[in-house]
Amino acid sequence: MNNYELMVIFTPVLSEDDFKSAQKKYQDFIQENGGSTVASNPWGLKSLAYPIDKKTTGIYWILEFTAPPTVNEKLKIQFLRDEQIMRHMITKLDKNAVEYNHIKRNGGFPVHKAVEA
Amino acid sequence: MAKNEIKYLTAIKQEKPKKKFCRFKKYGIKYVDYKDIDFLKKFLNEQGKMLPRRLSGNSLKYQRKVADAIKKSRQMALLPYVTDLFK
Repeated sequence: MNNYELMVIFTPVLSEDDFKSAQKKYQDFIQENGGSTVASNPWGLKSLAYPIDKKTTGIYWILEFTAPPTVNEKLKIQFLRDEQIMRHMITKLDKNAVEYNHIKRNGGFPVHKAVEA
Repeated sequence: MAKNEIKYLTAIKQEKPKKKFCRFKKYGIKYVDYKDIDFLKKFLNEQGKMLPRRLSGNSLKYQRKVADAIKKSRQMALLPYVTDLFK
């Protein structure tokens, strides 16, 4: 069971409830294949740094989950088939990353702020 | 010989450049998050290109982590590949 982090960009024309249902669909998909979602963090509509297939904004969604390694391949096929999704990326999280995300979620980074100086 | 031109025997010592340090070792940062754009922007120049180690002062291990995070955020359109004066 590895920790993964998934980031997905949906097309901006997606309505709110489609967005929710898409999130739900993929979370259930992970559940069926023996994974479990740790945290879902929809950013919503955001402007992109460069246009992706002629669109300058996209709906971002980040999902942190733990799953056996075989799930990612199936997940990728789902993403490629779904035309609402412009771009997706799954990254493997090591222990520092998991700890970072955990701290980031509950309570900010007091020390981190000092780093900006 | 121009009267007012003062010749120094030894060159004047310029102001010593600030001692560079690896911020990751100093502040104990372990993970570079590719979603944290403001932090990554410190390692990009105006055109959005990555700063080399001699300018960013990072140690090799963390420079690679930063480079990896920057490439990921570029892939996910959080950071541009190339722009002009985006800082």
